[in-house]
This record gives sequence, structure tokens and C-alpha cells, in this order.
Amino acid sequence: MCLAIPARIEELNDSGNAIVNLGGVRKEISLALLDEVSVGDYVIVHVGYALQKLDEDEAKQTLAAFAEMGQLDELRAELMESGT
Amino acid sequence: MKYVDEFRDGELAKIISANIAQEATAVSGYNLMEFCGGHTHAISRYGITDLLPANVRMIHGPGCPVCVLPIGRVDQAIRLALEYSVILCTYADTLRVPASGGLSLLKAKARGADVRMVYSTQDALKVARDNPEREVVFLAIGFETTTPPTAVAIQQAAAENLNNFSILCYHVLTPAAMHAILSVEGGKTVPLNGFVGPAHVSTVIGSKPYEPFADDYNKPVVIAGFEPLDVMQAILMLIRQVNDGRAEVENEFTRAVTREGNLKAQHIVDEVFELRDSFEWRGLGSVPDSALKLRSKYFSFDAELKFNVDYVPVADNKACECGAILRGEKRPQDCRIFAIGCTPDNPVGSCMVSSEGACAAHYTYGRFRQIPIVAEALS
Ligand code: SF4
Repeated sequence: MCLAIPARIEELNDSGNAIVNLGGVRKEISLALLDEVSVGDYVIVHVGYALQKLDEDEAKQTLAAFAEMGQLDELRAELMESGT
Repeated sequence: MKYVDEFRDGELAKIISANIAQEATAVSGYNLMEFCGGHTHAISRYGITDLLPANVRMIHGPGCPVCVLPIGRVDQAIRLALEYSVILCTYADTLRVPASGGLSLLKAKARGADVRMVYSTQDALKVARDNPEREVVFLAIGFETTTPPTAVAIQQAAAENLNNFSILCYHVLTPAAMHAILSVEGGKTVPLNGFVGPAHVSTVIGSKPYEPFADDYNKPVVIAGFEPLDVMQAILMLIRQVNDGRAEVENEFTRAVTREGNLKAQHIVDEVFELRDSFEWRGLGSVPDSALKLRSKYFSFDAELKFNVDYVPVADNKACECGAILRGEKRPQDCRIFAIGCTPDNPVGSCMVSSEGACAAHYTYGRFRQIPIVAEALS
């Protein structure tokens, strides 16, 4: 039940709810726990409530960190330097 | 950016996996606990253990709300449904949790109890509005992610004078359980080098509540998202902390988790709930200050008080190892009846019910790989 998924806000309605797109399915969720949500934002939806907004810049930085080669990179650099 | 596929990329997984293989050099190994059932599920589903060197061992934690619910708590809900004829609303996961007398909420339903599955607390409120002549009880379970939605529902019910609505409040707290894991009486704790911290719980409570585990217990904590690459990167970050002799709270899930968390949700929870002195967990026993109850101004919405149904502790099935598994002492395949007498279709213990339960995750994704458990490896 904790398997909450990111969903895109498609529409805001008067009752403080939003329509989200959850993997192709449109669903009404509550925004009672989150301020300042706009159409196009991605939110984490859990048991029918938006829990938190997702930050695109942070997501990009995290993805960039995945690609860092850590010690392998250093190793390669050392090998290059030593001319092997 | 869809926030899903990007975090399941196979090429990136290879890079992280190579980094882990390079850097996991400690001979004593790395025993890392993923606290949360969501991570347990991801680890099994994506076969992450297969991408880890043999000296990196993942230990499942107690962060599966259905798994830690003791039998006596399910019994309370069943009694309300069968003896008091309430409409009992619940999340799907609790329906099949084995209770006393061979019952579960689902089997009680077959006996005529009015048990209804809801997706959200809003659905439970609707059932109460639509059935003013009936009592409607919502079985409120879960960690800090499901607590704010329950709090919102209580505030709404109070505002609407929805007097036929009440809850069985079984909301529990993540930091208290982590504390319990690290301080099991008799010092029989599992040797742990660090925690993968929960994703969604942390979106609500922030990273701050984990700081005592780094500062006081000297255990690194890395909060991770629920996608496979998130979990792998968090494992790498933990390995790096162990290698450097650091114990810090680090955040891999910065796209959704801040140090302070969701303050609005925290305020709503605080307005509605206060700490219970003590609450019994399956596997961990009674843990002080580890669960919530309604504040006195909301007592009329407390089903335990309203119907006077006391909690009666009940021992687990003798064959079931759920308790030891929830403490990280045993693995699902150490249970004698795993996959034989106990399957997701016919669960004997709670860990076989929810897809986040350690036994159900192992069963469903066929990860029966034999890894020597820590206790053996150490002796
Ligand atoms: S296999 Fe079933 S009985 Fe055994 S520990 Fe897991 S849930 Fe309990």
C-alpha cells in the first residue's frame, strides 16, 4: 500500500481536488496536504492524496549522479595518464 | 521527465552496479537494512540482490504496515464488523491478514460482515455520508504516509458532524521502530552497518528525524526513492559512508524529500493525533511512543472508545517466523512453511499478505537465492 507513484496534475477543480494522470488513468485526488500545486506539476500520490511535489532540477541532478563512474573513472584516468 | 522510466534505466544500473562492485571492499561486509516495505518490494521485483556482490547483504526491515499489525488488532476490526454490525472500511492490503480463529476480514465478509475496501479516506467518508443510519468504521493503518490522509478525514468528519464515522487508529511511527530495531533487549540485535531510509514516509517527515540514528547510534542513513536505481545508488552511498567511517543522514531522494518534510501535513497530523504511550508491534513487541491516538477533542471518532472493544494480545502461529523476519534476524526462506504451507493465496503470517511483505516479495519474484545469513557468517 506504500507503492505510491508520481502523477501529473492535469486539472484543478473548485473543491480543492485535482485530476491526475496515473499511467493513463484519470483519477481525482485530494490536494489537502499540499499548497501551491499547478497544472503540469508532478506529485507523489498516496491513497488518494498528493503527498509531495517532485522537483525536476533535483531529479536531473540525481540522474547525473547515477552516471558518475566513481572509482572506475579515476582508474581509467590513471591508466590514461600512465600511457597504457 | 516522467520520474519513472528514467530511474529504471538498465545502462545506468550497470554503472552503479560496477561502482558498488569496485568499492565494496570491506572484508567484514556490509549489512544494510531497507526499513521500508516499498524498498523490499523493489529489491525483489528488480532482482537488485543479483546485482550486488556477496558481501553486501540487504536485510528487510519492519516497514510494512500490514506486516507489523498484530493478530489482536485485526481481531478488533473483525469483532466490530461481526458483533457490532458496523460497516468496516479498509485498505485492500488488510483484508487477507490472518486473524484469530482462522478468520480474516475477507473471511468475515463471507460470513456476512459488511467489510468494504476503500482506496482513500475520502471514500470512507462517502460511505458514512451515504449510510447515515449505520455506523461506519475506518481501519486506519500505516506509517507516516497514510496518517495525514486519516487526519484530514477526521477534521472533515468533525466539521460535518459526521457522527456515524469513527476510526480504529493503528497508525505507527517509523523512527520509533528503527529505534526498537537498534535496541532490542538483551543486545540480540542484528549487526547493521546502515539503513536505506524510506521514500514516501520521508516526503512527509523530512530527513531530520533520522539524525539521531547517525549521531547517537553511529548508523549511516540514506533516504532513497522507490525506483531500482534509487535503491542501488543509496546502497552505494551507504558503502561509501561505511568505507569512510562516516555516519550521516544523506538524501538520495532530493526530488521529493527535504530536511523539514511536508510541514502542512505535519501540522494537520499534530492537530488530530498525539502519541500513544505504547503500542504492540508484531515482531517488535510493545514499543513506547511508537503509535498515534486521537487527541481528546476527537475522542468521539475513536472506535475503540465508542464501541468499547479492547485490544487482546494473541500469539502468532507457532510455525510463523514473521517476528524474527521483521526484526531482520531471519529471512523468508528460513521459515519452515515458506512457499509450502504459506503462500500469498493462503497466507499464514502477515509477511505473506502485502506485496511489500518480505515473504510475499520473495515468493512472488522467485528470489529464493541462498545467501548465508549474517549470524552464520559471523560465527
Ligand atoms: S512464510 Fe508465512 S508463516 Fe513463514 S514467516 Fe513468512 S508469512 Fe510467516
